[in-house]
Amino acid sequence: MTPGGLFAKCPVRGYRARMDLEIDSLSCRRGGRWVFQDLLFRADAGEAVLLRGPNGAGKSTLLRVIAGMLPPVVGNVRLGDISLGSDRASLQEQIGYAGHHDAVKPALTVRQNLELWAGIFGADGATIDPALERFGLARFWDRPVAQCSAGQRRRLGLARLPVIERPLWLLDEPTVSLDADATALVAELIRDHCAGGGIVMAATHIDLGLEGARVLQLSGEAVSDPATTATAAGTGADDAFLDGDWT
Amino acid sequence: MSAVLALLRRDVALALRLGGGGGIGLAFFVLTVVLVPLGVGPETGTLARIAAGVLWIAALLAALLSLDRLFQADHEDGSLDQLMLSPMPLEQVVLAKACAHWVTTGLPLIVVAPVLGLSLSLPVEVLPVLIVSMAAGTPALSLIGTIGAAITVGVRRGGLLLSILVLPLYIPTLIFGARAVENALLDLDPVPALALCGAITLFSAALAPFAAAAALRINAR
Repeated sequence: MTPGGLFAKCPVRGYRARMDLEIDSLSCRRGGRWVFQDLLFRADAGEAVLLRGPNGAGKSTLLRVIAGMLPPVVGNVRLGDISLGSDRASLQEQIGYAGHHDAVKPALTVRQNLELWAGIFGADGATIDPALERFGLARFWDRPVAQCSAGQRRRLGLARLPVIERPLWLLDEPTVSLDADATALVAELIRDHCAGGGIVMAATHIDLGLEGARVLQLSGEAVSDPATTATAAGTGADDAFLDGDWT
Repeated sequence: MSAVLALLRRDVALALRLGGGGGIGLAFFVLTVVLVPLGVGPETGTLARIAAGVLWIAALLAALLSLDRLFQADHEDGSLDQLMLSPMPLEQVVLAKACAHWVTTGLPLIVVAPVLGLSLSLPVEVLPVLIVSMAAGTPALSLIGTIGAAITVGVRRGGLLLSILVLPLYIPTLIFGARAVENALLDLDPVPALALCGAITLFSAALAPFAAAAALRINAR
């Protein structure tokens, strides 16, 4: 893999509406315990946010709450003038999410996988080839994903992000199973996205070398706080499953 | 609309790949029906009398076989999360997946049903009614199935739970589908039963996407 091929630039697109992200007194409970409480945070358009915290601190949960897949108990998330509480569908249309799973189909080829997501997300197919090139997957474009390594699958999962062109990226441990070159590429990708006016929230344990990135530290303290533990224990009758007033 | 077609094409393509499970329903349907004359005996009168019921019961079970992978595969590899963020409403995703399931299981059943009907010594003039009743009824099997598949999406080996949830909901389709063919066999009017069979399909097309989407949202938590 040549660094030139890896770092070949995609055209950086600016998002017309520069939207800021605001997390307003967000609290989330799972399985009868508070994962985090009264989380307040704001990020401007073009900012990268690194989510830090020990295992189980609620980084993935926070990302899923922002993505609208997990309802918060209280609080709200606002992106520009779109609010999660009142218009979840519109907020979800602004989000590019890369979770623990790569969302690639082993039976399809590398390129077919990207084409598929471009089609489902109504994205322009012209971005597929530059994305493959950039992630060093252009050489394997017709290889079934079943024959790809874990790192190559992860790259393919991340290559979806520039293809679907969403302003807010939520990345959950994006560098797992990536080599040093590809990890640098992820940092590069995040920088480019921010330069185009997008926001990136990335949960990660490693140093991506992003200068000027904000850090949101989730300590998991809310759980160990005796008062909170008492609250969580005292409301055991409330099923966490039923918390959150929207479906 | 093109997004729906993209998803539909993907699901059909994946089902037809090796290991996609597209042929399981058809194979089960054919094998079951072929075994019936061996078990029941070759008297043409008896076979023709039970043919409608046998074909419809086999179709029900065949549709059930591939249902548990309907959302499970996408749930396991993270695709379901992505589909929730796609510009399509989740209800549309469900409808597209139900269509793909019908194309890969229901449609092949309709194609082979007349042949199997003949092997069960159904009179040739009854076969058009059999085809129409399967065409009107099998979409309901896929649509109702999405509800059960969505409810059991997070459950490992949820196949049994899925069958228990879904089979009772299949009963009206079974009754009216088999009744239409039987009526035709007995020179009675098959149209009312066919109409009711189609009505169940329309009703489930209107209801199932919302029920399944709600279940998927709860299971994504």
